[in-house]
Amino acid sequence: MTFFFEVLIGGLLAGVMYSLVALGFVLIYKASGVFNFAQGAMVFFAALTFISIVERGMNFWLAIAVTLAVMIALGFAIERVVLRPLVNQPQITLFMATIGLAYFVEGLAQGLWGAQVHAIELPIRDVPFTVAGVNVSQFDLFISGTAAVLVIALALFFNYTGIGRALRAVADDHQAALSIGIPLERIWGIVWAVAGFVALVAGLLWGSRTGVQFALTFTALKALPVLILGGFDSIAGAIVGGLIVGAAEKLAEVYIGSSLGLNIGTGIENWFPYALAILFLLVRPEGLFGEKRIERV
Amino acid sequence: MDQSANSTLLSVNNIEVIYDHVILVLKGVSLGVPEGQIVALLGANGAGKTTTLKAVSNLLSAERGEVTKGSIEFRGTRVDRLTPAELVRRGVIQVMEGRHCFEHLTVEENLLTGAFTRKASRTEIRRDLELVYSYFPRLKERRASLAGYTSGGEQQMTAIGRALMARPSMILLDEPSMGLAPQLVEEIFGIVKNLNEKEHVSFLLAEQNVLMALRCADYGYILENGRVMMDGTASDLAGNEDVKEFYLGLSKAGRKSFRDVKHYRRRKRWLA
Repeated sequence: MTFFFEVLIGGLLAGVMYSLVALGFVLIYKASGVFNFAQGAMVFFAALTFISIVERGMNFWLAIAVTLAVMIALGFAIERVVLRPLVNQPQITLFMATIGLAYFVEGLAQGLWGAQVHAIELPIRDVPFTVAGVNVSQFDLFISGTAAVLVIALALFFNYTGIGRALRAVADDHQAALSIGIPLERIWGIVWAVAGFVALVAGLLWGSRTGVQFALTFTALKALPVLILGGFDSIAGAIVGGLIVGAAEKLAEVYIGSSLGLNIGTGIENWFPYALAILFLLVRPEGLFGEKRIERV
Repeated sequence: MDQSANSTLLSVNNIEVIYDHVILVLKGVSLGVPEGQIVALLGANGAGKTTTLKAVSNLLSAERGEVTKGSIEFRGTRVDRLTPAELVRRGVIQVMEGRHCFEHLTVEENLLTGAFTRKASRTEIRRDLELVYSYFPRLKERRASLAGYTSGGEQQMTAIGRALMARPSMILLDEPSMGLAPQLVEEIFGIVKNLNEKEHVSFLLAEQNVLMALRCADYGYILENGRVMMDGTASDLAGNEDVKEFYLGLSKAGRKSFRDVKHYRRRKRWLA
């Protein structure tokens, strides 16, 4: 039983990492209806920029501030250069644009900083401690705490500030928002900047876990089943979806894998979340927390 | 009617609007809205009413439309190159056709978004909110429901209330009667009249419901095929034989069959 809990908790904590990436998708999707395929590339860009300037001798906290500024500038630039000229184009056009963007941002990151693998040292000791006989990773706990703070901050921002309300208004109906004087470009710029900030947090945590390398861009793909489970437009959904995916894939790896007589490490966890996502699409296509289309009869 | 420059709030001078670089929708429309009045813009589907309103509020560019000729002036200065946000700040706001409430925001949040462009204090916003509720008591009851789940009439009230929160001197109101029961239409027009008299908000009102609109408005313009075909005070228009026949379905011989009216109207258009 202890072993079960250890796997479960490990999975949940790992799931928070997926949530962090999914959060970036949700923000942009919610406010502009764009599925930003480049979110993974932004995570990679943030992590690589951060570690490269740290390796050039900058102070840790200063480097975070500088990278944050870079990510916000990148967010505003993407809105200005790529998305603004495409306003009123069909969704698929915008999606294709973000795919192009993903490759561009990856290329830019590697062009600027090179393609070597770096390690990020966060000032947290990665030593497990024991609660009631269950080993818990301190590092994972720190990640969960960060994610929780981030989510609470975003929820407060969305629900209780004028800008947050305007963001939700724009998400609901662009035209109406425009008609009452909400400047769409500025709002979208803000959303991309916030997504850049979230990408930075995800990049630092993922980078310190797996090393900063090109494979970080694929974290975007792991966010997909999370989004399908949780709902594309729900911040709460991104968190819960991440937890479910994290826990489910670890449990599947350990229990289903072994009951099928496979060795641990044969990779059930790589495809299990997608299988789960397909099941969800059949039963509840808007996800657990996704906004239902309001239809009055 | 007094149309001299100092009392004219909005003047539209001979504008031409083209969509997608080829489709000519407005072919030289001119009109004026004097301060403190309700001016109706009448006409059938596709006559160019909505396009005229959107040309004024500058929402056309979001639909690949463009004002290619003419000018639009508000309080004597040209406004045709301003963004919708700048225009709202100057006091011109549009309530779009089909209400367009923010479905996933509550009624009260919808109203609050209307104050986005203002740099007002919390107490000021609160006071304006109460003012809107005093005109639309029904919204106060439903303040916490999601706008998407309220009735069509309540959504129309929310949309007008939201515009009021911007403290406009002029509202461009597009087809407020759309899809509403006659009784509700009456109620909404009553409130519009009330707002005009007590809050001194001027209205440019696009309507297909000619009878209702003329009863509420001071002056009217009739659009057909992107041109102003006729204009006059509301009472003149309501008394005009052609208006009666084409738009109100009445003639000297009493009510006519809809089929006959249509036939006659089609012939007359060809001659024109």
